[in-house]
Amino acid sequence: MTEINIVKDAVKKHGRKRESLMPVLQEIVKQENYLSEERLMEIAKEFDLSSAEVYGVATFYSFLPVKPMGENVIKVCQTIVCDMKGKEAVLDAIKDKLNIVPGQTSADGKFSLMAVNCIGQCSNAPAMLVNDKPYINLTYENVVKIIDEYQS
Amino acid sequence: MVIDIKEKERKVNSHKKRVNLIFKEHDIDKLIEKVLKTEPEKIIDEIKDSGLRGRGGAGFPTWIKLKGAREAKSDIKYVVCNADEGEPGTFKDREIIEKKAEKILAGMMAVAKAIGAKEGIIYLRAEYNYLIDGLQKKIDVFNKKLEDMKFDFTVFIKSGSGAYVCGEETSLLESLEGKRGEARNKPPYPAQEGYLGKPTVINNVETLVYAALIMLDGAECFKKLGTMSSKGAKVFSVSGDTDIPGIYEIEMGMTLKEFAELFGDSNTKAVQVGGASGFCVPRSKFEETVIGFEGVPTGGSMMLFSDKRSMYNILHNYLEFFVEESCGQCTPCRVGCQQLLKGIESIKAKEKSKKYIDELLELAKNMKITAKCGLGQSVCNPFISIVENFREEIVY
Repeated sequence: MTEINIVKDAVKKHGRKRESLMPVLQEIVKQENYLSEERLMEIAKEFDLSSAEVYGVATFYSFLPVKPMGENVIKVCQTIVCDMKGKEAVLDAIKDKLNIVPGQTSADGKFSLMAVNCIGQCSNAPAMLVNDKPYINLTYENVVKIIDEYQS
Repeated sequence: MVIDIKEKERKVNSHKKRVNLIFKEHDIDKLIEKVLKTEPEKIIDEIKDSGLRGRGGAGFPTWIKLKGAREAKSDIKYVVCNADEGEPGTFKDREIIEKKAEKILAGMMAVAKAIGAKEGIIYLRAEYNYLIDGLQKKIDVFNKKLEDMKFDFTVFIKSGSGAYVCGEETSLLESLEGKRGEARNKPPYPAQEGYLGKPTVINNVETLVYAALIMLDGAECFKKLGTMSSKGAKVFSVSGDTDIPGIYEIEMGMTLKEFAELFGDSNTKAVQVGGASGFCVPRSKFEETVIGFEGVPTGGSMMLFSDKRSMYNILHNYLEFFVEESCGQCTPCRVGCQQLLKGIESIKAKEKSKKYIDELLELAKNMKITAKCGLGQSVCNPFISIVENFREEIVY
């Protein structure tokens, strides 16, 4: 019962016109971290669209995952300046702390790691986002500290 | 080292081409009043006179968009602020949104008045979601102010979801409409048929701020700066191998030699002007290369590479970026990006001969004329400029 409400609530908040589809998808991701098959079907029904159409929209965007994600999503920038300035050390720190590589979720379900394209923090590279929050001028050591904070 | 950095900053900030328009304190209320009093035609004339061209990278004359949307017959029109700053090495819009959002809104209001729009949308990239709360507060104040003044115009934010191609204006419109961000065919141009099929003007964040400043101080303050074909100033995002990365507003028309003297050093091997989709200029061409529409255009991204960097790795990183960000709807871009990446990997692995690079150059040139949107068309810029200037590094 509560499950259906999430979609209905989002639709109530954003509307059911086609241009409200993205805000609704974003709202569900905010609450559940990803778009499950059931949710996509429910949304399709609400918008009177085929589920393939909704799935097509969701999978176009890298921040609308259709596979389960951890509680916290770490997005490490992999684009040129961050790449030059030590993105590998950031990924190493995450690997050592959480035993995950881009595309994976930690065994406890607390963290997912994504390698993403330019996040607009190039003057303070390397950089990453944890959920929506940017972290800049990263080193192996401060990434370890940041993860510790999220773990406690 | 610390002294070096301070000295470098001092040199940049005292340079004769360094200006401060965008981040200067301005009286926003006065600006709003000025826009309210200015006739729509006068707004377009003033912007035309200033020579303002789009600051997102493509450089389309701003007044033509305004005129097109003004002349389009429709009761409903829209102003869209393109804050989907995704070009690698660009971060100036983020800083403008954080520090000078009121000026962006005033610019949107000027456009709204010029074309007769009642709604404005800021399409903000998801990577900047952390700015939403602060921006929304400023929008609320602004919307209230306009309501009190009985000017019928409301602005709201819509978020992207992490797709580079949505910075392309028609992809952005598709995304706003709740669809996959796949570019549309042009014509019709957004000024005729844009958001929900209605006349729409889409401007980059920085363009809107300059438009606001032109409203406030007149076209002269803008056109007295820059060169014949590149009027005004521009906010540059400087990153890579430099001691002083950051945001700098500089007059248009600087040569890359001047630029590299300010931001680089004797080891600067190349500068990537205009991000991954821009041009890579080697040191030997710094002197003859002007930053501007007559030389190498840029949306602001300026990435410096020192002689320690492998140009192969840089090109490889760009191509991986394009493979991921190509929306996939047109074959030249979808397959082209993949083949360029696979191609340079095969040459490096000696599975293909060195001459194969010439076939890849042909492919890149073909993409320029056959790809549907700016993304696929611009992949040849970095590819050709890197391969032609650093061929040995790519094939050996």
